[in-house]
Amino acid sequence: MRELLLIAIPLLAACLAAVWPGDRTRPWLLPATGLVHSALAFWLLIVPPQVAPGAWVGFDPLARAVLPAVSLLFLACATYGFTYLRLRAERRNRVFVALMLAALGLMSLAHQARHLGVLWIATEGLTLTTVPLIHFNGTPRAFEATWKYLLVGGTGIALSLLGSFCLGYASLQGGGVGNLTFAALIAQGAGLSRVWVLIAWVLILAGYGTKMGLAPMHTWKPDAYGEAPGIVGAMLAGGVTTVAFTAILRVRAVVDAAGEGATAGRTLVAIGLFSMVVAALFLLATRDFKRMLAYSSVEQMGILSIGAGLGGIGTWAALFHVWNNSMAKGSLFLSTGNIRRIAGARTVDKVSGMAFLAPRSAALFVAGLFAIAACPPFGLFFSEILVLKAAIGGGHRAVAAVFLGSALFAFFGLTRLVFAIVNGRPRTAAKIAGRRFRETAGVTVPPLILLGISLWLGLAAPAVLHEAWTAAVTQLFPAQ
Amino acid sequence: MNEIPNLLVGIAMGLNLLALASGRLPSLIRVAAVQGVVLGLIPLVMERVDWPVVLVAVLSTALKGVVIPGLLRRAMRVANIDRDLAPLIGFIPSLLLGAAGAIAAVALARLVPLLPEHRGLLLVPGSLASILTGFVLLTCRSKAISQVCGYLILDNGIYLFGLLLIHAVPFMVEAGILLDLTVAVFVIGIIVDRIQRAFDSLDTRKLTALRE
Repeated sequence: MRELLLIAIPLLAACLAAVWPGDRTRPWLLPATGLVHSALAFWLLIVPPQVAPGAWVGFDPLARAVLPAVSLLFLACATYGFTYLRLRAERRNRVFVALMLAALGLMSLAHQARHLGVLWIATEGLTLTTVPLIHFNGTPRAFEATWKYLLVGGTGIALSLLGSFCLGYASLQGGGVGNLTFAALIAQGAGLSRVWVLIAWVLILAGYGTKMGLAPMHTWKPDAYGEAPGIVGAMLAGGVTTVAFTAILRVRAVVDAAGEGATAGRTLVAIGLFSMVVAALFLLATRDFKRMLAYSSVEQMGILSIGAGLGGIGTWAALFHVWNNSMAKGSLFLSTGNIRRIAGARTVDKVSGMAFLAPRSAALFVAGLFAIAACPPFGLFFSEILVLKAAIGGGHRAVAAVFLGSALFAFFGLTRLVFAIVNGRPRTAAKIAGRRFRETAGVTVPPLILLGISLWLGLAAPAVLHEAWTAAVTQLFPAQ
Repeated sequence: MNEIPNLLVGIAMGLNLLALASGRLPSLIRVAAVQGVVLGLIPLVMERVDWPVVLVAVLSTALKGVVIPGLLRRAMRVANIDRDLAPLIGFIPSLLLGAAGAIAAVALARLVPLLPEHRGLLLVPGSLASILTGFVLLTCRSKAISQVCGYLILDNGIYLFGLLLIHAVPFMVEAGILLDLTVAVFVIGIIVDRIQRAFDSLDTRKLTALRE
């Protein structure tokens, strides 16, 4: 029952937000729901419920390994969002608050989906609810970004539906009776029609890979992350992408059972490496620090994909990396939002000297850079080392070399931009604009806490998380 | 038994070519709407008709044939756009692409294994041809509304494929109807954006008037 509350509470809160009368009081619903959701998610993490084998929705080990991270990220974003919406009082927030909450409910549903159709419906709903969130600023540029998001994301979601149909057909051909829960598909195993499973895998990887933002399907990311408010960017980069990642993991387990696990692993590693290389090249070239975050997210998704492709310890590391990425990227998006607001611009050519204008946000920004660039002792260092170890241990030396090379270039690209923004002399225009926005606790504490968690995950990730990730890997690869 | 469904799929494939050849927006919208109705009828003429099948048929006919084309026409009025399509690649090349796609679809459909009851049906080639047509329209037309029409035809293709599963897994096919919702959101997006922007400009003008 508790696991269904994770879905129901945010959706009910969304309905409440839709009918709530006051624009000033409505944002309270965000942190309130976030708090209840997190409390529930961590209770479930520590005391996991039984999952009925044939259930369509359930808090299974994979959901347990990932969903609490999303919940925590939402709580931080919601707390930040409360102050953010005060600063943006000129815009109505009814749709924004309601859809943020609905997105949390749908993410909880998608993470817990144990049925191919439920998973697709939740992802589809999530795509549609995030559309108006990206368009929140209402500028022509925001419209353009939203349009691209819909066009690319919509095509992705269409391909993943086609892939799901193909997987369903593979089951029918193998004598299945139309039970499309992942458990039933895995039980059918080698009975699935191989040709259809491979077609389904290609389509689903392309479809959910688009949602994840793997190159070359990442084209919507820079625009959407660039134009969306910081909290929406954080939720997209740390929440929505993880939904697509767990979807790919769940389908991968079916492909494994059908005996095509090696093919699936190779494609995941290849697409992951390609994403890392593309991200590194764009990070070296971009001059816009919000788009920088998008390319960095493409890089992180590449790492997740490589980890998932390597299987075993690599997948364990990828689940660890999901947590690290959500925390560090969340923190970076929020501090970048502060800098963007105070500087009034978002390219290196127009922004400098932020260490003077916004000392706290600039400090958080630099610390976030070190976290996302996998410097020790932040959690990302340890998860990336584990992915590398899995690659070398599996005899994939070339993979490890490309991985390290692109991580190095990405580091150059990130530091180049971040220090150009933080150092130097402040611009006069920014000085004037900066007086309008002060760095209150409401906009600096949430990113600080996320960063703190990222550090804590690196130094001493609690045993319960280790156990949750191990259980998830056992669920995905029962043979190993 | 398969003649009537195959005839309808054939009509839909012909409509794909018509969509690629349409030079003006209203005619493209009409082609997409007619294709929606034709596809909506297919489940009703298939071998077994039970209530999930009727539900899928009614819902998809209503959405693809009536609601979405209506919204598209409204968006066309609100956005007040030029009705000529201004394609990125010309009509003849797109038609050739579409025709080549249809032939490739038939050839590809021979290669995949099908259940005995589906072997006589044209669902797989019809579906592939529509998906390819949708992609051509999505990538080779510059106007927003014509891209939406492309997406609608892509969506029609996926729906056609879904019909293979309609008796075994009706839930999946019903879920697939949600894809039409994406199309609706596309169009509503255009309408809302136009209206919002009209209000926004009004508001800022008011604000400067107060300041001075």
